Amino acid sequence: MTTRQPTPLGATGDGSTTATGERRTIAGRSDGRRRRRDRGLMVPEAEFRSYYGRPIIKEPAWTLEVPWYFFVGGMAGAAAPLAVAARLTGNHRLARSALTVAGAGVTASVPLLVSDLGRPERFHHMLRVIKPTSPMSMGSWVLAAMGPAAVGAAVSDRLGILPGLGRAAEVVSGLLGPALCTYTGVLVANTAVPVWHEAGRELPMVFAGSALASAGAASMALTPAADAGPARRLAVVGALVELATAGVMERRLGELAEPYHQGPAGRYAKLARGCTLAGAAAVAAGGTRRRWAAVAGSGLLLAGSALERLAVYKAGFQSARDPKYVVKPQRARLEAANR
Amino acid sequence: MTLTDLPTPTFGGGYDGEARPRMGFFTDTSICIGCKACEVACKEWNLVPEHGPLRISGNSYDNTMALGANTWRHVAFIEQAKPVQVPDVDLAAAAAAASGAVTGVAQAREGMRWLMSSDVCKHCTSAACLEVCPTGALFRTEFGTVVVQQDICNGCGYCVPACPFGVIERREGDGRVFKCTLCYDRLKDGMEPACAHACPTKSIQFGPLEELREWADAKLEKLHEAGFGDARLYLRDEANGIGGAGAFFLLLDEPEVYGLPPDPVSTTRDLPKLWKAAAVAAGVVVTAVAAAVAGGRR
Repeated sequence: MTTRQPTPLGATGDGSTTATGERRTIAGRSDGRRRRRDRGLMVPEAEFRSYYGRPIIKEPAWTLEVPWYFFVGGMAGAAAPLAVAARLTGNHRLARSALTVAGAGVTASVPLLVSDLGRPERFHHMLRVIKPTSPMSMGSWVLAAMGPAAVGAAVSDRLGILPGLGRAAEVVSGLLGPALCTYTGVLVANTAVPVWHEAGRELPMVFAGSALASAGAASMALTPAADAGPARRLAVVGALVELATAGVMERRLGELAEPYHQGPAGRYAKLARGCTLAGAAAVAAGGTRRRWAAVAGSGLLLAGSALERLAVYKAGFQSARDPKYVVKPQRARLEAANR
Repeated sequence: MTLTDLPTPTFGGGYDGEARPRMGFFTDTSICIGCKACEVACKEWNLVPEHGPLRISGNSYDNTMALGANTWRHVAFIEQAKPVQVPDVDLAAAAAAASGAVTGVAQAREGMRWLMSSDVCKHCTSAACLEVCPTGALFRTEFGTVVVQQDICNGCGYCVPACPFGVIERREGDGRVFKCTLCYDRLKDGMEPACAHACPTKSIQFGPLEELREWADAKLEKLHEAGFGDARLYLRDEANGIGGAGAFFLLLDEPEVYGLPPDPVSTTRDLPKLWKAAAVAAGVVVTAVAAAVAGGRR
């Protein structure tokens, strides 16, 4: 799946019977505003059959807390190793800012995740088992370990209490951070939702880039310019990783990427990329000398990172809702196997 | 097949001597009459609440719409403009002879055929819902079926988009997920599931999966001999993306016509690749941080 090249979704029925429901075409519904070169517009009308056009898979039961958790958790996950690295190079002011971001991020993560549950009072059932086949289980354990470590390290650093333990906690959170900001890509890809599952190779990297951009941006905003160099560079590099990988993802998805150009996901994606690009440019061009450029760039990068998660989240819902995204690739797969 | 034969990695023979033959459903849609007795029996036995106020869908006789938290059996109705085949050859020949028409070939006539099919949870061998469940609420029973423990489920909802068939769903007002249990309580007492018990035509057959498969193969052969070339078995084989199903079907058209995915895959089949991608991404995070601080303080 993840290694497959995108195939034109040329699935057809046998043509002899008129099935119930609808035969629709991707080309017939395509968004005229798409600028991307799209094979779907060039192949003959590809048909598919469905049961009254009803969805085959269920939309996720999740609410908006989930993409916001992806954002704050990702930011915390990327900020934690930045704190450790800054400390190792003697940049204690940046280390303090990054720790603050990490501590605040994991603190915000917990209520977001608990309130999304159908039975919030049973949140601790997440820690009944350790299951590598469940990215949510693994993520829960990472967050359960990193949360106290990051918050403890930040508090210790601010208040100067138990400095030895604080430094140890800082290292622990720095080691777990990269896992926290990338497992969420696996979490959404490990579903039957076509636009998520088929992007499994890119999603962790998109989320990593987005996390680096937001962690760099937030840490930079909290640090005097003279000490904020690493955070600035991290923000710009993260933004570039995010933009590049999102582009690769869409190209590889081919026609399945359609939700990224339509509806709410399309709007979020466009806004996300605009904000990220503008933010990276502002930080790169004026981040060192002009405070306003640094602050504006930081805000744009944070907005871009959050919007990117929202775009991915919404695209999943849009792709689950329409049976064509499920039927056509599966038909194409079967036909390729029979050939 | 016993439970210890199941290739599901999470549950490799956890029952030892207590494992029972794998039980399942074979739904033969060629004899379904669309009475919905299965839906009613399921709701009554399992105390499944109504799924909201009655809505008339306009889609033939299907007002249940889909499988979900409050609909564990769903009868699909499909109306097709297709000449109806007459399986009884003697009757057709007699009719043709009586009217003096051309004999020997069943005439294609105007008409429609009505497909009906009772859908249910597939109790997959590689069950994505079970594998992604972070609490262990979903488990595999000694019968090889997949069941939610309602006292454990915390409503995280991960199983909902994981299911390639759109079966499991969070119940509104409750917060937990629900689906077919293959009447685990009845199986424990040696009884057949309520839907199979209620089915008046034995379209829903229950039994050891191995026996059901043999029966289904024989039925398919008969149908093909009778000229029903469209007939096919869906999810009968283990060489598919879900490693075989505990509930499989005899269909008279392509699966997607019934709202079923033509080539379902358990998402966790690709999980090793996904974890690898995350490891690479985590490596990029570490490298980017190291490079950023290496560039100096300003």
